[in-house]
Amino acid sequence: MLRFDLRIHLRAGDHDFRLDAAHSLAEGGLLGIRGASGSGKTSLLRCLAGLYHPDSGCVQMGEETWYDSRQGVFFPPQRRSIGLVFQDYALFPHMTVYGNIQYATGDHGRTEELLELTRLTTIARHFPRELSGGQKQRTALARALGRRPRLLLLDEPLSALDEDLRYSLGEELLRIRAESGVTAILVSHSRDEISRLCTEVIELADGRVS
Amino acid sequence: MSFDPVPFRVSFQLGIWVTSLLLILCFPLAWVFARSRRRWVVWIESVTTLPLVLSPTVLGFYLLILLSPRGPVGSFFLSVFHVRLAFSFPGIVIAGCLASLPFMLSALRTGILSVPSQLLDASYTLGKGRIETIFRVVVPNMKSGIMAGIINTFAHTLGEFGVVLMIGGSIPGVTKVVSIAIYERVESLNFGDAHVYAGILIVISYGGVLLLNRLQRREAKR
Repeated sequence: MLRFDLRIHLRAGDHDFRLDAAHSLAEGGLLGIRGASGSGKTSLLRCLAGLYHPDSGCVQMGEETWYDSRQGVFFPPQRRSIGLVFQDYALFPHMTVYGNIQYATGDHGRTEELLELTRLTTIARHFPRELSGGQKQRTALARALGRRPRLLLLDEPLSALDEDLRYSLGEELLRIRAESGVTAILVSHSRDEISRLCTEVIELADGRVS
Repeated sequence: MSFDPVPFRVSFQLGIWVTSLLLILCFPLAWVFARSRRRWVVWIESVTTLPLVLSPTVLGFYLLILLSPRGPVGSFFLSVFHVRLAFSFPGIVIAGCLASLPFMLSALRTGILSVPSQLLDASYTLGKGRIETIFRVVVPNMKSGIMAGIINTFAHTLGEFGVVLMIGGSIPGVTKVVSIAIYERVESLNFGDAHVYAGILIVISYGGVLLLNRLQRREAKR
């Protein structure tokens, strides 16, 4: 079971933003978080990943406490069993598809396994600049699964793709997630995408679960 | 006086020492300048930029006081390492490092900032620590920043005059660098040799700048 209850005050220039979100998700589930731009979806994912330090609250993954403000516990991203697919994929430009995945796995066998799972074997020696949007998305997904994470965080992974590709890659995302059995959170501003792909949906508005 | 190639050897040795030391010493500092949001950083950053705007003789004067055998740094080196800093090669290496510090720092800082922070975040979420992230993600993606630091620092050190003269004087084969040799040839009206020294310096500096520009253009195309 993933449980989170997070509060954070963020400031970007003159703009103040408060995130206050709580939810729990059964292990193996796929939670969709929907919301307009600026509603706090990405900030919530970054808090769960340990990239932001919340002001208060807790994050519990199974028996592990990743964050608890009352006990003074904060695990950095390296100590959390997570995989994060960034909105723009954040692939390492100086590494090939194989290199990007191998960076996460540290192991040839596991890398080959993920290349097969994501159907990237034929382009394993290509660099990110030579890839299409869909290939980049699958590389980012394979890389995020490299550490065998307990929690997979997907930050609008389909938003940079055109309509046809979004549909087919959404299906592929479901297949890959089902095969890996990982608990996942998918963030998107698209209602259709969320309801089609996720088993559970919450909506964020102005930093709060509505 | 006839043409003497030794000042080139001294200048090259000085350039290699200063560039190598600064490359290692400046990286952590450039990292702090680029990534830290603490308020005191701007104060330190301003101090490290001073050699860019300060007269070399002012820098040289205070360095001479610090590095002389009676100065705090000079007496420490003399008593602990038995190394005399004033009017010696190690002394002009220290002086060259201080004079060229802003060139290396600024290039490395720009290079670090050119690496998107998302790549660092991605590396952290993949379980990697800061040191591994720096060596495997940041450094390979800031090659042109590193090259700019190396070339600018080396070229600036080759042409360094005021600070080196104040600290090292003009000891042949030890502290007499090319720029000092040019100054002495001009003083003795030996314009022929001065032209040769200056011409070689111009060619080397132009070659360095040309190499840097080509590297940066190639990187921009990627």
